This record gives sequence, structure tokens and C-alpha cells, in this order.
Amino acid sequence: MTSTSVEPKTSPPNPEPERHWKDFFGFSTDHKVIGIQYFVTSFFFYLVAGLMATSIRIELATPNPDFLGAENYNGVLTLHGTMMIFLWIVPTGAAFANYLIPLMIGAKDMAFPVLNGLAFWLVPPGGVLLLTSLILNQPPVAGWTSYPPLSLISGEVGEMMWILSVLLLGTSSILGGINFVTTIFKMRIKDMSLYDMPLFCWSMLATSLLILVSTPVLAGALILLSFDLIAGTAFFNPTGGGDPIVYQHMFWFYSHPAVYIMILPVFGLISDILPVHARKPIFGYKAIAYSSIAIAFLGNIVWAHHMFTSGTPGWLRVFFMAATMIIAVPTGIKVFSWVATVWGGKLRLNSAMLFAIGFVSMFLIGGLSGVMVASVPFDIHVHDTYFIVAHFHYVLFGGSVFGIFAGIYHWFPKMVGRMMNETWGKIHFVLTFIGFNLAFFPMHILGLQGMPRRVVQYDPAFTTLNQVCTVGSLILAVSTLPFLVNAAWSWFKGPIAGANPWNALTLEWQTSSPPIIENFEEEPVLWSGPYDYGVDREQDDDKSVSELLAEVKAQM
Amino acid sequence: MKLPTSITTLIAGILVTLISLWYGQHHGWMPEAASREAPLVDDLFNMMMTIATALFLLIQGALIIAIFRFRQKPGDNTDGPPLEGDIGLEIVWTAIPVVIVMVLSVYSFEVYNEMGGLDPAASRDPGPQKTAVVPGTAMAATLPGQDKIALGVGASPKQQGNNAMVNVDVLGLQYAWIFTYPDSGVVSGELHVPAGQDVKLKIAAQDVIHAVWIPQFRLKQDAIPGRDTQLRFKPEVTGTYPLICAELCGAYHGAMRTQVIVHTPEEYDEWLQSQIAAKEHGDGLTVAQIMANTDNRLARQTQDWNISPEAIATLQHMHPQMHHHL
Repeated sequence: MTSTSVEPKTSPPNPEPERHWKDFFGFSTDHKVIGIQYFVTSFFFYLVAGLMATSIRIELATPNPDFLGAENYNGVLTLHGTMMIFLWIVPTGAAFANYLIPLMIGAKDMAFPVLNGLAFWLVPPGGVLLLTSLILNQPPVAGWTSYPPLSLISGEVGEMMWILSVLLLGTSSILGGINFVTTIFKMRIKDMSLYDMPLFCWSMLATSLLILVSTPVLAGALILLSFDLIAGTAFFNPTGGGDPIVYQHMFWFYSHPAVYIMILPVFGLISDILPVHARKPIFGYKAIAYSSIAIAFLGNIVWAHHMFTSGTPGWLRVFFMAATMIIAVPTGIKVFSWVATVWGGKLRLNSAMLFAIGFVSMFLIGGLSGVMVASVPFDIHVHDTYFIVAHFHYVLFGGSVFGIFAGIYHWFPKMVGRMMNETWGKIHFVLTFIGFNLAFFPMHILGLQGMPRRVVQYDPAFTTLNQVCTVGSLILAVSTLPFLVNAAWSWFKGPIAGANPWNALTLEWQTSSPPIIENFEEEPVLWSGPYDYGVDREQDDDKSVSELLAEVKAQM
Repeated sequence: MKLPTSITTLIAGILVTLISLWYGQHHGWMPEAASREAPLVDDLFNMMMTIATALFLLIQGALIIAIFRFRQKPGDNTDGPPLEGDIGLEIVWTAIPVVIVMVLSVYSFEVYNEMGGLDPAASRDPGPQKTAVVPGTAMAATLPGQDKIALGVGASPKQQGNNAMVNVDVLGLQYAWIFTYPDSGVVSGELHVPAGQDVKLKIAAQDVIHAVWIPQFRLKQDAIPGRDTQLRFKPEVTGTYPLICAELCGAYHGAMRTQVIVHTPEEYDEWLQSQIAAKEHGDGLTVAQIMANTDNRLARQTQDWNISPEAIATLQHMHPQMHHHL
């Protein structure tokens, strides 16, 4: 059954933003301003950490340390990892959540607007601390995992700055998490049940619960580590009887869930983008919603799979192997549902859709290698090798970053009120896709063949594959330029978007672009389910909204 | 000629199966398999590659077909069919990953058990030990009579309860490996082992965490300060293989590598005898010499690097202090 596109019933309010550019540089309590502050800040750190990635790859174009040098290399790789995780992917999740959740559930703002502003303003000092350590030429050098005893003996200043920075960013994410959970539970318009929410809200609910359970444990680990570092205690320091393995347990109790903190929001974005541009309802709404919650739960009981070759007894390895493997089930449900959503639709292959489909296919590769590394005997071979580097870049770049770009192309018209240029968007996509696969696919083979990760110097036998990776990373670096130019140009000069350029059905498209300060002129009416594409309503004009809703529900 | 959908699907399914089965065996991504354990891991990996290839082709194929077949026709602004779900389909694709991960879990468990991962002796963790004497306490690094061997890959089920034929104490320190043969007191900077005999490495770390990785054996185990770990294996193919530190251990982590030399048993005995003789004549290597060799190697390797001679000197000064702990 097909029908003409559905149009929202409520007409958008006057699209005149009552906002000054200075608002974006101060302490704002408007979730939309805070959202954009998060976006721009985290994108800045993406560029910085991306330059670091490029310099790492240039260094690795030859087997010997000749570009960064051995002393600087570990500093650059530590900062690259830390910034990409804590200053780009995690805060960008918060950026989308801040901007979209109140709009999606018809609220005027977040539940705690001041706390929201505070959460954002913890991020820039966190980033500045890390950059300062680099400027002082004393960057942390123990990797983003910061395992003791190495982190205890390699430069107190840099390590302390790293700890403080991550503590600030962790605090920010806890404050954000509290806010998202409360907002989702308390601020929805009255017609909206949990099952009427867009799936992004479900995924942020799962993410926030995960943040609230796991992040405090990281804070605990880092505080104890800082005591070992500056006060001479021996929680993790073996020379005083401490146990470095305890640090690993505490660290991964947060840092494994952290990968879901990074990818779950993107799962939500994709679940909201695919139906709009495929012009079909999301396939299996409840399955996707519940699988987010299942992933959040399972994500908390798999941390020791990062420690299969560490001090972990055999029986424990087997337990964590089984728990880890099970995550493939809810993740598989999502992937199949996305494919089924696209299948049989009427796909508009614009930049947002290309990145969204790119996300599904790249994340698929990361997921398949993820099941492999869950297997203890196989992981023993590839742990701490380039196979792992390949795996997590497929998940975190192929997954998170592709999804983030899909989200930016999709919601940019809403946030800025102007469309982005599609041609430049497609060039961005093609360059990213080629560069990404060239940069990261060969790393699977490098790792299997015997190249450990985090080395500045490697066996010359691996030179060719490393050079392929380096070429790929340069293309990837260049791919950012069309996006930057496009975003900057479209921000001021792009064609006016209108309230609902994609003909989407979720509530955020029912207000002006950009939305007015309190989002909606009057409380919006839930006139449709979030994904009721293809439902013919033309003859239903006389029916009331509640009758319409009942009909739509009956068809679900 | 237009084939009915069911036949195209069938042909596609057969093709996907055949390609996956072939590629799972012929990817050529693993290095040489040189230990008893390696083929076990390789067979498991081949099976995972087969499944992964099949899933990749199916899902990626569906996406690519969708991009071409279900693309919006110009001027067609209608929506697609309002399909919200299909319980049957959803049950099937929940069941597929469930079955796959169950099969993989059981198979992985079997392989891990066969490798010796579930040897109870390798799961007995006595807890951390102090690595050095701390003023004011009387506890030394090693308590006599306590078997600290724990954690890692132990004896295969057939070997459980038997001692390994070759025992080697492995010490990792920035940035070298030192191998001590406790039965003869021979010290070496390379690991020499006989083919076809059970070898047990008792692994310790001096300063920070390191990891023993021998890619051709498919084995890896962290060396953790204050806690011994172990790897037990049987080298099968004679030859020289890299032994690599796989855990970030400092600026020269990438240079922390040495060799495993798998001899025939006869050659191994000759090597051992020559080392014992050299030791008795006073020509045998000492730990300090191995470290000095490493320093020279580092100095040689680092002469082109942008590091100051002072940094190297600092490294060399650190070593006497370390030897004190040995």
C-alpha cells in the first residue's frame, strides 16, 4: 500500500529566531544552545584528535620512528584516543540528546536546565587540560587506558592532567545522564507513552542508565590512581603491595560500557533517520527499543573480555566470553531491523541516508569482528594487536562517526534553518568511505600476521600494508574538508529549510527551523506515531487526533 | 529470461554458502602455525571467517540491492508500504544469532580447554605479591614454599598433573626479555625450545606490565608485576619466530622484541650443553650482559631517532637499580 506523503497537522510557528550569536559563547540554559555548544566544541576536538591520528599514520608509513619519534609517539597516541572518546564521540552523543530529546517529546526544555549548562561547561576545561599537557611537552604517555604501573612511572604532570581531565568529562557525562533520564520520564507531552517516543529517546535512556551505573566506578579508579601517583599510596602500585589488575577491573567496568555509551545514541539516530528517507516505518519498533535496554544491561557484565590475556583465571574468561557473545543477539536484531526498514522502501539517497546506510554496513564489519574477539582462544592471539585497532575503528568510526555525520546531515536544517549542500555532502561521503576502508581494513590482516598495537617501530615486513593504511588515513583527513566548508557555508548561505524539509513525522519537525526559544508556540499535538510512513490519512480529515491515533495503533 | 524470485534466492543462497565455505578456508590471513595450539585456533578462526563471510554477503548484499532496487523514482513522492514488523521474521533473526553464538561459544570453550586454558592449576591465583622489599616490612618478594604459578594457559587436559619437560622463567623488563632455565641456571636473551616437547613459561615482570606474544604459536599472556602468569604449549615446527611485547610498556615498547628458536630435540640439547659449558667457563651470559646488549641494541636502533643521548643514559642508569631487585 502506498499513499501520498503525510504532512503534519500543526502549522509551524513564525521561524524568527530571537537569538544573538553571543548566546553561544556564554552560560546558556536553553537546551538547543547547549546542544550546539556541544556540537561545535566536540567537533573542534575531533579535528585536533584527527590531526593526531594523521600524524600517527605518517609516523607509521615507515617501520622506524622518524616523524614523531619514539618519545612523542606515545603521548600523541594517548591524547588521540582520549580525545576521540571523551571529547568527540561521547559529548556528540550528549549534543544530539540535548538538542533533540526535548523537541522529540514536546518539552520546552530539559528537566534541569542549569545543570545542563553546567554539564557542558565541564567539557572545555577537560579538553584544555589535555591540550595544555601537550603544550607543556609533558603529555600523558600511558595510553588512554593508563594502566599502572606504567602510568605511575612516566611523567606525573601529564598523567595528573589526564586524570583531572577525564574526571571532569566523566562528571559532565553523569550530570547529562541524570538530566536525560529525568527529562524522558517526566517531560513528555501527556499523550505520549514511552512507546510513542522516537527510538533515539529509547537509546538515550539506555545510554544514560549505563552512564549512571558505570562512570562513578571510573571516577573511583582515577581518584585512587591519583593517590598512588601523588600521595604515595599503593592501591595499584605493586612495589607497595598494590594490584594493577584491580585497576584494570575498575577501568573496564566503565570503559567497556563506554563503547555502548558511544554507539547506543548512534543506534538511536540511525533508527530515526532510516525510516524518514526510506519512507517506511521502522521495522520492529519494540524489538529495537528493547534491544537497546538489553545491550545496556549486558554491556555491564562483559568488561573482563578486555582482560583475557591479563591476570584473569580461565573460568572467568569463559564466563565473560559467553556474556560477550550474547550481545550479538540484540545487536543482530537491530541490524536486521534496519535492513528490513530499508528493504522495499522508496530510498532518497541524500547525504544523511548515505551515511546512515554506510553506518549499517561498516558497523556490520565491526560487529562480525566483535563476535570473533569475544572468543577467548582467538582473542588470546589478537589481543593488543592491530586486529583490535581495526575492530574498534570499524565500531567507533564506521559506527559512531558515520552515524554522527548522518545525524548532522539529517538535523542540520532543523538546527540552523538552512539546508546543507548535497553535492558536497556526497563528496564527503565517498571520500570518507574510501579513506576509512583503506585506513582500517588492512589493520585486521596486520594484527593477525603479528603486528602489536601502540608501537612506533614495527617489523619491516609489514611496511606495504601500513602504507596503504597511511594513504587511507590521508584521504580520511582530506574528507573532512568538504564537510567543514559545506557546514560553514550552509550555516549562513544555504537555502532556507522550512519546518519540515524531509517530511518527517517526529515532533521536532513540527516546529520552526531553528525552533523558537521555548520550542513550540503551544504544546504540540501527537498527530501521528513517530514512524507512520505510508499510512493514508487523506480521507481521515474529519476524524479527531485520538481516533487517528487509535487507528494507527491498531495497524501496528 | 526472468527467473522466479524463489529460484534466484536459492541460487544466491547456494552461491553465498559456497563462497563463504571457500573463503573461510582460503583467506590466508594467519601466519605460519608452529605450535600444537595454533591449528586449534586456526580451525576456530576459519569457522568464524566462514560465518562472518556469509553474514557479510547476505546483509551487505541486501543493502546494495536495496540501494539500487528501492531507490526513489524521480517524481515519486509517495511513501513505501507501512510494514511495522513481522513476528515470524523477527523470531527467525533472533534465533539465527542465538544459534551462531551458542555454536561459537561451545566450540571456543572446547578449543580453549584443549589448549589448557581450564587447567585448574592455571586458575589458582594467590593474589598479588610485593615486588620489592618495602622499608618497615619484613615481607620479601617470594614466600618460600608457595607455588605462585597461576593465571594463563596451563596444561592441556591430557597433560594435566604432568610436569612440563622444559621449564623457562621469563622476565620482562623495559625493554628486554630475559629467559632463565631454572634446571640448569642458563640465562638467555632469546627463547630456545625443543620441538615436540611440552614447554612451560613462568612469566614475571620487573617494572611495568608487558605481554609475551608469539604470533606463530597463537599465544599471548601478560607479564604482571607482583603476580606470576604462565603459558604452556608444545612447539611443533622448527624455525625462528618473533617473540613480541604486546602491552604498551614505555617509549621503546615497539623495540621490545626477541626471538623464539624452536630446535629439534637434539639441537636443543646441544645448545643447552654449550650454554652450561660456557657458564662454567665463565663465558655465559649474565642478566647484566643481556641488559647491556639490549641497551646497545636500543642505542643502535635509536641513533636516528629524535632522542637525546641523555635519555639513553638515563635508561642505562636505571638498570643497576633494577638488577638489585632480581
